Amino acid sequence: MTMTKRQLLMKKYVSSIALVFGLLVGATSAMASEEGGLPSAGTNVNDQASLQRGAKLFFNYCVGCHSLKYVRYSRISEDLGLSEKEVMDNLNFTGDKFGDPVISHMPEASGRQFFGKAPPDLSLEVRAKGADWVYGYLNSFYLDPSRPVGWNNAVFANASMPNPLWELQGLQTAEMKADDKDAVEKLELSQPGKLTPAQFKQATRDLTSFLEYAAEPAALQRQRYGIWVLLFLAGFTLLAYTLKKEYWKDVH
Amino acid sequence: MANVFSSIGNWVNERAPNMMPAYRKHMTEYYAPKNFNLWYYFGSLAIVVLVNQIVTGIFLTMNFKPSAAEAFNSVEYIMRDVEWGWLIRYMHSTGASLFFVVVFLHMFRGLLYGSYHKPRELVWLLGMLIFLVLMAEAFMGYVLPWGNMSFWGAKVIISLFGTIPVIGNSLVEWIMGDFLPADATINRFFALHVIALPLVLLLLVVLHIAALHEVGSNNPDGVEIKKGPKGNRWDDHKPADGIPFHPYYTVKDLFGVGFFLTIAAFIIFFVPTFGGWFLEHDNFIPANNLVTPTHIKPSWYFTPFYAILRMIPSFFGTAFWGVLGMFGAIALLFVLPWIDKGKVRSVRYRGTGYKVALFALAFSFIGLALVGAGVVGEWVQEILTPMLPPLSNAAFWKDSPFWASSTFWENLVGRLLTAMYFGYFVFLWAYTRFGWEKTKPVPDRVVYDHD
Repeated sequence: MTMTKRQLLMKKYVSSIALVFGLLVGATSAMASEEGGLPSAGTNVNDQASLQRGAKLFFNYCVGCHSLKYVRYSRISEDLGLSEKEVMDNLNFTGDKFGDPVISHMPEASGRQFFGKAPPDLSLEVRAKGADWVYGYLNSFYLDPSRPVGWNNAVFANASMPNPLWELQGLQTAEMKADDKDAVEKLELSQPGKLTPAQFKQATRDLTSFLEYAAEPAALQRQRYGIWVLLFLAGFTLLAYTLKKEYWKDVH
Repeated sequence: MANVFSSIGNWVNERAPNMMPAYRKHMTEYYAPKNFNLWYYFGSLAIVVLVNQIVTGIFLTMNFKPSAAEAFNSVEYIMRDVEWGWLIRYMHSTGASLFFVVVFLHMFRGLLYGSYHKPRELVWLLGMLIFLVLMAEAFMGYVLPWGNMSFWGAKVIISLFGTIPVIGNSLVEWIMGDFLPADATINRFFALHVIALPLVLLLLVVLHIAALHEVGSNNPDGVEIKKGPKGNRWDDHKPADGIPFHPYYTVKDLFGVGFFLTIAAFIIFFVPTFGGWFLEHDNFIPANNLVTPTHIKPSWYFTPFYAILRMIPSFFGTAFWGVLGMFGAIALLFVLPWIDKGKVRSVRYRGTGYKVALFALAFSFIGLALVGAGVVGEWVQEILTPMLPPLSNAAFWKDSPFWASSTFWENLVGRLLTAMYFGYFVFLWAYTRFGWEKTKPVPDRVVYDHD
């Protein structure tokens, strides 16, 4: 009789633990999928090769205008598994020092002059907008002769930025909605680029991954340590539970 | 070794003879009812979170710069360049949210088992003061990282004081030290957040516990163990249903702490932004008084009260009523011990009306939190609009029908829930004042089904 009651109690504890974690996981996955109509970026900051490809794209196509003022070259080297020489030869084209942050050498005034607005720093772009938004944005440029620089974007209407990756993607044109001439119905590749559409998707995924890493370099560490912390705490909790059981034996 | 300890003990005892008795009074000879359940973990968990906030907060101040020009950068410096800075920061930001989770559950426990009833009104009042100071503390802490939501949140919340007749506008400038949230604002909020309010909070927590230990803890049966039979294994004159807080509840709470820390660690290490609820997307953009976030909303723990503010419309050209409603929602909790005239404490033995009303209160609180977060309007619209096809004919209404806007649904649901929240207090007063409550017999002693 005593055993069944104890088992019942144990079952209650276990099921409440399972319920709490189930709710946590459910809530987080529900929130993660909440970003409204954008295709999933499918990024993975633990894929180092993807981060390296993304970094290469960033330093070839983006850093001309955009800074990563909170990210140092030395940190990129450390986190992406690249040597100092590799970083300085392949990523740092500005002549800045290894310990310096990634600062674009385009003067802010020129940026304003060229685009009407200085290109923003991208250190925290993924944390501010979400990876899906950045990935969608990079894939949604289309030609629009009515815009000052000739480009528009289906994810961020009337963005002042031209498509820096047009050589890779090719040129997209937009078919507008029948009932709303300002909303994009769908985009079509009117002139292919150097990459196939599938390759381009992968390239922008790599680039988004790199920006996701740049937005939170600590993500690499916290996930690595997190597993051990959870295991330790689970063990501690179990131990505390048995201690409690032992002490409470004589409470009737 | 044992000799060294006992001689140190004697040395202290000779010089401070009242220290050990105080320890015994609050720990080994504080007799707590033996039938505490899951709801009784949240008091000790609140202390754990408070200690976490203070310790991680101290380390954050070592690298944080309380100025409008440097605050945002210094937070990113902590996140990236300070050794383990990201962990300290996530522990602090996650701790802030979990503080409210724990405190809300702790307060709800008080409602469930009538812990605010005589003679524990003072414990409840001190607890409510803690809640009030905690909200001020959290609000000011939220402003410090100086993200765009910090800035606009501060602007909106401080502007509430502007609705106060006559002195409102001067008061707002006095609080901010400027015409907008600015350098002076963040500097003074820093001072209040890291020293002034924590001191008050600590003092109130000490008083809260001291007041509790004067009257003794309530329990899930709402039975007064001091009035029950005397004599337990430790003392012939102490309540038979009491057990020493230490070691029984210290080991039990240790288990609770372990369980709680496991959940906290899961959030800190794997989902520190908690999908934008604990750290908002817009707060990763530096404060900018020219760019307004799409949806300005306070942190999730303020959203129930924020919803009440928004749902109460302006009358006579002033939005002051919403502000009154918002603060009234908190003020009513303060006077709950005098609204509830019921003689039975625990929900286990109270009338059905009380159970239904308490459920309605919890429902309205969670519902208002969602309304305040701005997610309810669209949900309801999506669910209900397809159910109204004959009338949603656009031609019939010339334009689209009135329920085709999410604002309509948000206001409808939000106002119903606001009425439900305030209705709890009105109902509870009438229900207990006019003797409508049919209670069940309360047992003489606590019910403890041990294994």
